Amino acid sequence: MKSKTRTGSQIKSSKALMPWRRLSVLAAFVCLVVVLAGRALDMQVLHSTFFEQQGDARQLRHVTIPANRGDIVDRNGEPLAISTPVNSIWLNPQAFSADADSLKKLGRLLSIDPSRLQKKISTYKDREFMYLKRHVSPETAAKVLELNITGIALQDEFRRYYPAGEVAAHIVGFADIDDNGQEGVELAFDAWLKGEPGRKQVIRDRFGRAVDDVKRISSSEPGKPVRLSVDKRLQYLTYRTLKAAVLKHNAVAGSAVVLDVDSGEVLAIANQPSFNVNDRSQMRPDTTRNRAVTDVFEPGSTMKPLTVAAALESGHWRDFYKVETGPGYMQVMGNTIRDTHNYGDLDVGGVIMKSSNVGISKIALSLDAEQQWEMYQRLGFGSDTGSGFPGEATGRLSASALNNDFERATLAFGYGVSVTPLQLARAYAAIAADGYLKPVSFLNQEQTPKGERVMSAETAAAVRKMMKRVVSTKGTGGQAQVPNYSVAGKTGTVHKFTAGGYAENRYLSIFTGMVPADDPRLVMVVMIDEPRNGEHFGGEVAAPVFSKVMAGAMRLLDVPPTMSSRGACAG
Amino acid sequence: MNERQGMLLLATFLFALVMVTAIGLVYSKHKTRVLFVELELLNKEVVSLDTEWGRLQLEQSAWSDHGRIERIARERLDMRMPEAEQVAFIRP
Repeated sequence: MKSKTRTGSQIKSSKALMPWRRLSVLAAFVCLVVVLAGRALDMQVLHSTFFEQQGDARQLRHVTIPANRGDIVDRNGEPLAISTPVNSIWLNPQAFSADADSLKKLGRLLSIDPSRLQKKISTYKDREFMYLKRHVSPETAAKVLELNITGIALQDEFRRYYPAGEVAAHIVGFADIDDNGQEGVELAFDAWLKGEPGRKQVIRDRFGRAVDDVKRISSSEPGKPVRLSVDKRLQYLTYRTLKAAVLKHNAVAGSAVVLDVDSGEVLAIANQPSFNVNDRSQMRPDTTRNRAVTDVFEPGSTMKPLTVAAALESGHWRDFYKVETGPGYMQVMGNTIRDTHNYGDLDVGGVIMKSSNVGISKIALSLDAEQQWEMYQRLGFGSDTGSGFPGEATGRLSASALNNDFERATLAFGYGVSVTPLQLARAYAAIAADGYLKPVSFLNQEQTPKGERVMSAETAAAVRKMMKRVVSTKGTGGQAQVPNYSVAGKTGTVHKFTAGGYAENRYLSIFTGMVPADDPRLVMVVMIDEPRNGEHFGGEVAAPVFSKVMAGAMRLLDVPPTMSSRGACAG
Repeated sequence: MNERQGMLLLATFLFALVMVTAIGLVYSKHKTRVLFVELELLNKEVVSLDTEWGRLQLEQSAWSDHGRIERIARERLDMRMPEAEQVAFIRP
């Protein structure tokens, strides 16, 4: 009873307070609910897209998935350029904070001086992105992440390696740090090699580290591989032999081209000087040029077999016809054309074998100007080879020789015309391929191109037979002989054309040839620019390079021998 | 009365359907995430295998470098190319 009274009095007293206290509390709650509901409505319904965007902008990031650049391989699948994944380390200077100790460790890992690092970061203080170091190995990158420094993150990239190094540097070329082709095949087939980078969405934390992958927007499409026509073994052999010759003769430069006769494929192209494609810090512009494709020279005496081809095609000449070259010089339009000796009467093959300027001039001048000129043009002089190589030169074949007998005579022995070593090789390949001129290709060809007929098979065979005599002990190219194989070729020693006209004692030494002579498989051009150690004749400087490379090539390509030396044939 | 019962039944059925699809949505979303994570893991594996492959290719080409083989053959193994006179051809 007592307790009941107390309760009753309590109710009574609360009842007395009720009107304003309960109402105000209730009102306060209602207000709160209204405010909350209003805010919720505002955020969830009225401005939901805005807030969603803002949230995503702070967390979700679109990240590009790097695409692998296609490999470049040689005709046998040996790698010439490979991309391997590496990491680039970047940092956000605004979020970056590290104590002195971890900064020192970081510096040591990336071999950067910590104080310089600090300075660099403060320079870019108002940026949100700077590269710390690009292209570090995944192992190093993992160690950097282990330091747990705020504001540092990784980016996946690819680094390009060139296993063949300087040996194939001019053909393969190179791509820059961002995987854009800069030279050579890397540039020519850049679009093909390049992959299509993909995109994905990730959630990032405040420091820019990817916490979670959300979804993939587009997959990355890896670049397609390129299979070159180059044979790495042959390329190495050519490069090594050329380099040794350039060194031995203290020459300024040199180029060598090896073509497959049937397909027009480039099997090897070597140039000196070359460069280390994997360390381009010491690279100079004059070493990166693929001289065999981009530089022109006057072919000199190596033009003579082509002139003879024009003569045979005209129908006015047969290989046994005689030409009088005595007394060793002749006058054309007031200019003198000379031979080194008086060779007397020579047959057409003898003109080639002895490389008589007088003889070839007489043959050329007996022809119609068009007949002579058109043969050079049909053989591809003055137009590109169809290789598609970046920076390819077309050379020059001037039409003015049509109206000037002296120019026409000098054209017959290779002056007043300029070609690249590749063009010269292609023209000789037409003689080797029974008169079919084929497009030159740096890519491995599935099928043999038919080519375009530029001379009859009989003419081609006759010229080859004459060029066989060059590579005999009596000819100028005896040192081009390849043991057990018959060789056809032509030497050339050209006075270098300089600013002051033709230099008296600066030469280009050239040899152009094919093996085996009767059914050629390979054509090779060797051009050595300014040998300065005494010897300078094409037969002394360039021919031995040809001989060495071809001897190795015949073995590498399993070409059956066509001659047996000193009866060593058994069985 | 009968009609009301029918409506109620329909409503219940639809409600159940909504619940099922809602849970289904959550489930499929979850599944997507799980599979995506798995995909990413596999992609990472692909990348690491690619790295390995590239590294091995590079290593192989370093060991099989023609210059290196030639040097070893000449210097360490004392090998040389036979002279033309030392070669005999056997015709079948």
